[in-house]
Amino acid sequence: MAKQYETVIGLEVHVELATRTKIFCGCSTAFGGAPNTHTCPVCTGMPGSLPVLNRQVVNYAIAVGLATNCSITQYCKFDRKNYFYPDNPQNYQISQLYLPICTNGRVEIETQDGKKSVGIHEIHMEEDAGKLIHDEWEDCSLVDYNRSGVPLIEIVSEPDMRSAEEVIAYLEKLRMLIQYLGASDCKLNEGSMRADVNLSVREAGAKEFGTRTEMKNLNSFRAITHAIEGERERQIELLEAGQQVIQETRRWDDAKEYSYAMRSKEDAQDYRYFPDPDLVPVYISDEWIEEIRAGLPEFREEKMRRYRESFDIPEYDIGILTDSKHLADLFEETVAVCNQPKKVSNWLMGETLRLLRERNMDAGDIRFSPDNLAKLISLTDSRAINSSVAKEVFEVMFEENVDPERYVEEKGLKTVNDEGALRETIEKVLAQNPQSVEDYRNGKEKAIGFLVGQTMKAMKGKADPAAVNGILKELL
Amino acid sequence: MRRKPYGQKGMVVAMDILSYTAAGLAAAIKEGRTTAVEAMEAALARIDTAEKDINAYITVDREGALRAAAAAQEKIERGELTGPLAGVPAAVKDNLCTAGMRTTCASKILENFVPAFSAEAVLNLERAGAVVIGKTNMDEFAMGSTTETSAYGETRNPRNPAHVPGGSSGGSAAAVAAGECFFALGSDTGGSIRQPAGFCGVVGMKPTYGTVSRYGLIAYGSSLDQIGPLARDVTDCAVILEAIASHDGKDSTSVERTDTHFTEALVADVKGMKIGIPRDYFGEGLDPAVKDAVLAAAKRLERNGAVVEEFDLSLVEYAIPTYYTIAAAEASSNLERFDGIKYGYRAAEAGGLHEMYKKTRSEGFGAEVKRRIMLGSFVLSSGYYDAYYLKALKVKAMIKKAFDEAFAKYDVILGPVAPTTAPRLGESLSDPLKMYLGDIYTIAVNLAGLPAISVPCGQDAQGLPIGLQLIADSFQEKKLFRAAYSHETFERMEG
Repeated sequence: MAKQYETVIGLEVHVELATRTKIFCGCSTAFGGAPNTHTCPVCTGMPGSLPVLNRQVVNYAIAVGLATNCSITQYCKFDRKNYFYPDNPQNYQISQLYLPICTNGRVEIETQDGKKSVGIHEIHMEEDAGKLIHDEWEDCSLVDYNRSGVPLIEIVSEPDMRSAEEVIAYLEKLRMLIQYLGASDCKLNEGSMRADVNLSVREAGAKEFGTRTEMKNLNSFRAITHAIEGERERQIELLEAGQQVIQETRRWDDAKEYSYAMRSKEDAQDYRYFPDPDLVPVYISDEWIEEIRAGLPEFREEKMRRYRESFDIPEYDIGILTDSKHLADLFEETVAVCNQPKKVSNWLMGETLRLLRERNMDAGDIRFSPDNLAKLISLTDSRAINSSVAKEVFEVMFEENVDPERYVEEKGLKTVNDEGALRETIEKVLAQNPQSVEDYRNGKEKAIGFLVGQTMKAMKGKADPAAVNGILKELL
Repeated sequence: MRRKPYGQKGMVVAMDILSYTAAGLAAAIKEGRTTAVEAMEAALARIDTAEKDINAYITVDREGALRAAAAAQEKIERGELTGPLAGVPAAVKDNLCTAGMRTTCASKILENFVPAFSAEAVLNLERAGAVVIGKTNMDEFAMGSTTETSAYGETRNPRNPAHVPGGSSGGSAAAVAAGECFFALGSDTGGSIRQPAGFCGVVGMKPTYGTVSRYGLIAYGSSLDQIGPLARDVTDCAVILEAIASHDGKDSTSVERTDTHFTEALVADVKGMKIGIPRDYFGEGLDPAVKDAVLAAAKRLERNGAVVEEFDLSLVEYAIPTYYTIAAAEASSNLERFDGIKYGYRAAEAGGLHEMYKKTRSEGFGAEVKRRIMLGSFVLSSGYYDAYYLKALKVKAMIKKAFDEAFAKYDVILGPVAPTTAPRLGESLSDPLKMYLGDIYTIAVNLAGLPAISVPCGQDAQGLPIGLQLIADSFQEKKLFRAAYSHETFERMEG
């Protein structure tokens, strides 16, 4: 290829806010639930119903705005976006067009190419739609309004990103900031974070942007990366063939790893936006902003600095622990109980992350308490249980948050510290395995491992391997 | 308190239950002179004889109303129901939701719609002891000035059934005028309470925007809509407004007020009250009979001590285009939810989703509603938004400012409710522009969010009632009630 092309990418990221109730009514935002059980006249668009704004939505939006260095619009309004579709019970979505709550921000990202600033054009508040379910059996569509009215913020970036790597770094940064704020759990696979990718290409060095397309239905970082690479190639191929890129919305098919056109600009609907007369303008005072600012959590950089000063753990651990606020909180709370930072870190970075990965969960899903993790650490410290028993107990604790002390007691997993009994068992093992004894005495050091194993088996795992090793060596 | 009987002109009715005002009936029930059941039976009997000529109601719940009246009577006797409207039969405009009772907005598209909840204003009425008889006819979705755009047949004026009752709350006004209820609730977006009250010879009041909760009112123009009473006299209006005004957390535009003891203002005394008469309201197009009656009422108030003065309000000619831009824009969006998916009418045999939407809405809405949806969609369209909708909002703010300046000088503004008395049936719909012009004196009040009242001030040569409109500054309902009560009292005394 003779020409060099530059990819220009801007993102529209929707984030579901972690409020208990919906944006304009008192219905629960809990995920799941039988269809249409989290609904009321307001979020099903019944005649005569009226919306009333949930203040917590504004609190979260301000917090995200402050965390992304935005200006807060102190006089902001809601607008109606009019379009007909059955998942939208009023046939208009309450959103913000003319006076969005946050504008003109930026976040710092870091990739292999170094640090970079990505501009935030605006953040606005809006309501989510319901869900259509097609019933193949009855050949009809049904609608579930449980998600209708769940609060969202849409974060619109400037077209500042140039590669999939930068896009992923930007999304990870947003996700971390928002999770630190507690404003959302930001799960792409469950739809609590959704990203639409606006992408165009231009010849390297060109001043003007090329024609862009918008890609929807991207449910994982992997899909986003593949979609960006595929769309870049598709546009370059068109240009190389002397054709033009059409401004359109495309839908990504993750199974086929291919996108197809949904609608072009010519079919674009006129949403007839206008201020919603059922809602009053939101006036955000200086005091309100300062109250939110004062309540902002310690973000990652600060937290890492503090960990370096307060805890004797490696930089690698600090990086992983602070990647998620849930993990960092759990770390600090457990250390507060047992004061063993390195051991707590080992449990979190090792077994905890392994099980989370295996079960396709994230740190927000951890169920065990700091107290129980501290108890487990003290059980191993006092050699009441050995490390393989500890791993077994941990797995049960991870699933059910059991109290490890009680569990070890009930299941009789405590290490046998009665030296007489241990010596007796070892003597039996030695008598039953004369070949291994001889191998060891002839210099085969490995043979002792087999004898330790046999002893542990005979003790049903409830022996301290170090003690077994000691007695074995003595008897041999 | 007994008043001259209402009914068709010239009809002589014996002193009966139907001659009570709402407040008078509540007192009579409380004192045991009559009962809630007798009152309900009398209203239902009047409905039986009058409806074939008047058609004021879309739905009458005979059995429910009698049951509710009997229950109210028991509670009154046990001393559990002591509200100011205890046992009084009331009619409710059919755009106010009533739990379990069909609510149609006079549209085919809601022909079988039964709400799950009642409007806050209806609940407040019931808390005050009123008993709902049924739902009154109106222009479809409150769009019209004659009650002829209803999908359930037009309502006729009880004072002369060849004429319209006005609109859009024409059913409520007619039901009160014909004695088919003791009072009614209506809604006023551009004059829809005041104008039919004027045409039917009853009192109608539009409160300050935000005084009565809109929760449960099926919206037409949300920023202009306000619920209010239609009743036999000014006292009733004050009593009813006191009952229905409330700060409601379910309506973001609802205002918290502490000055809602409106009955305190019922004093026949206007000494020193400053009354402004806008010259702009007495120009071309005003029927001379209306002009004479309104000016005579002003003179009477002046004789009783008011300071009456003419002034230029300005911007009056912009009120109608501004109103039809804003109300239609909001309506085009408010009415989108009527799509055949969730409730109401759905067209049969549609090929797909979009065809279903089109057929449902084409068949379900009447001509005037479609006209306003198209107008509203147009003014909100990309490329036209600034030129029409945004400009209309700016003019609306200027109109409010013109009123602010007037109320710096005057306690109330006095003028006609409408340029003419009630037109004949069928005259208006053929010329919508002319119909729209009929709203010229009432519309600016909604644009500015002000309270205003329509009180009878005589009749024309045909015997059709003439309405006097009094307008006050926001939250100054008490000045309005005082002026209106004084007018009513002096007119009765002086004949």
